Amino acid sequence: MMNQEKDKNKGISRRDMLAGLAAIPVLGAIGYGLWSHQDEKASKKVNGLPEMDFSAVAAVPALVDGPEIRVGVVGVGGRGGYLMKALGFVHPDRIDDWKLKGEKDVFWQHYLNDFLHQENLNVKITAVCDVFEKNANRAIMMGANVHRNGKDGPQGDAPVRFNTYQELVSSDLVDAVIIATPDHLHVPVALAAAKNGKHVYCEKPLSWTVEETFEVRNVVKENNIVFQLGHQGRQTESYQVARSMIAKNLIGKISLIEVCTNRNDPNGAWVYDIDPEANEQTIDWKQFIGPAPWHPFSLERFFRWRCWWDYSTGLSGDLFTHEFDAMNQILGLGIPQSAMASGGIYFYKDGRTVPDVLNMAFEYPDKDLTLLYSATLSSEKNRGKAIMGHDAWMELDENLTIFLDPRSTQYKQQIEKGLLEPNKPIYSYVPGQGKVDAITTPTEKYFAGRGLLYTYRDGKAVDTTHLHLREWLNCIRLNNGTQPSCNIDQAFEEAISAHMGTISYHEGRRTYWDKEKEIII
Amino acid sequence: MLKKDNFEAEIQNDVMQHRKQTEITLAILRIAVGWHFLFEGLVKVFNPAWTSRAYLLDSGGWFRNFFYWIAGNQAVLNASDFLNAWGLTFIGLAMVLGFLSRYAAAAGIFLLSLYYLSHPPFPGITYLFPSDGSYFVVNKTLIEGLLLLLIYQYPAEEVIGIKRIMFKK
Repeated sequence: MMNQEKDKNKGISRRDMLAGLAAIPVLGAIGYGLWSHQDEKASKKVNGLPEMDFSAVAAVPALVDGPEIRVGVVGVGGRGGYLMKALGFVHPDRIDDWKLKGEKDVFWQHYLNDFLHQENLNVKITAVCDVFEKNANRAIMMGANVHRNGKDGPQGDAPVRFNTYQELVSSDLVDAVIIATPDHLHVPVALAAAKNGKHVYCEKPLSWTVEETFEVRNVVKENNIVFQLGHQGRQTESYQVARSMIAKNLIGKISLIEVCTNRNDPNGAWVYDIDPEANEQTIDWKQFIGPAPWHPFSLERFFRWRCWWDYSTGLSGDLFTHEFDAMNQILGLGIPQSAMASGGIYFYKDGRTVPDVLNMAFEYPDKDLTLLYSATLSSEKNRGKAIMGHDAWMELDENLTIFLDPRSTQYKQQIEKGLLEPNKPIYSYVPGQGKVDAITTPTEKYFAGRGLLYTYRDGKAVDTTHLHLREWLNCIRLNNGTQPSCNIDQAFEEAISAHMGTISYHEGRRTYWDKEKEIII
Repeated sequence: MLKKDNFEAEIQNDVMQHRKQTEITLAILRIAVGWHFLFEGLVKVFNPAWTSRAYLLDSGGWFRNFFYWIAGNQAVLNASDFLNAWGLTFIGLAMVLGFLSRYAAAAGIFLLSLYYLSHPPFPGITYLFPSDGSYFVVNKTLIEGLLLLLIYQYPAEEVIGIKRIMFKK
């Protein structure tokens, strides 16, 4: 029959043409479908892991508008000077120095440039206090350098030097006080400031003794001041991302956390240089001693105060607290139920009283986990923070990596299928690594790292201390009861935990925290 | 006699009519299946990062080791990805346009058999990636394969398709 038709209609009719080419428009439709499909495909997942977007995590809030805040700084040595730089104030000599070095070395060019472009926080240093004359005089020059100039540039009003912190905190020139004294003076200065209604930014650790920890918490709360403890790690992006990842249960039930200190140089062991200009005439020794037991004038004790319990809180207060606060921020640990510490003075036999090796175990039975701290001041073997979950473990510093546990329950199927490799990273977070942007589709990511997930943000390097001070200033300007991230309650948890470890070390026994009565037993 | 002739002519007419409808339906079926193949193919061709690796690693059933072998061997995997993406594209294009549809249908049956064998919907075999429905032995891949068998036998290219133009010359 077909043949008959064929014979009947030799040549191609209009009808044949239409029927013959009827499918061509179909191609157009498919082309359109393909085009609109391109957007969708980016959201597909290939390895059974949820995609994570952390762009919203840790976004820096805008600077709150408000009047200029007048800041007084108590203790303007190394750390106090750093805090002033983070506020935007350095000595004119340093600017000249950076300029000079920057001519030869691009690193210093960037360093200077970063500082000059650091956000203006609308503060003024109106008062400084230091028991060492040289430090105080330098700080006056720093505070006056409001335009971030070298020696030849115009300077602003010089801050007033007060001889005692009591005078500084009661002065009308000051709205807020930064405390960067040795540990044994943190609370006395904070108490005096709070009682005068001044807001406080206090360096860590919060306290030197257990008793004063309770007192400072009460006084800060009673006087409704804005309080920030100086754990700038609160501003570290990777910690905030870690918190968010753990909240999503990516690593499973956590049973053990290991945090460490690994230092191996005299500076790291608190053996700081002794300034040749320092002597009994230039140092107010009596004021330095403050609440500490009396000791004859000693330059070593003055500059290397961290080596003596008389002024210091040792490894527990000085360095464990950084680690503790990071974990408290990420996991909301709070005060442990018990602490057990051991260690000794094994390397720096220089007359110090604080140990240079310290190991502490903190138990959290209500959270089913142990926090381990291990420190040495004479080995730099890198031991990062490790949070160990049943399904994966997280290694944490500025970067963050989650490694898959071979015996994971949550990822069992993916492991069996070979989609995820045990002991290999399944997520990694590298702030500011723009290079990986070339990897755009999930499949590309799959091959780039066999399950690695890169998340990056506008990773511009910003000083965390600057951000931490900024958060404190924002809360002061909000003036509505908002407290910064490392507020007095967080500070209290930090101090009590550190003290429990220290008491355990001193007494060679396990210490316990009675939650109801709030006492260490 | 005349009455009988009329009757036969009427029946013949009915058969003709029915046959025409069937042929159009078959042509539409061919275009639809071709559409599906072409789209799946082009999506892969236009995404250079696409790979069947994860799918192959998720294989189950009696032939899974063969598919694991493909996934685990980079050269074989690359070849397999290339052939799959372009194979789907050309099979789809041929069926949509109505040209060499029989060869296309045969090749399509081969591809679909591989898909079916890598993920057979039999009880006791579990897959990581969730399926879009519930299946027991028969799934959409198998049905699409059977449709291709029908297309292989009745490509209907003379009804709608380029072949109609070529055929008439």
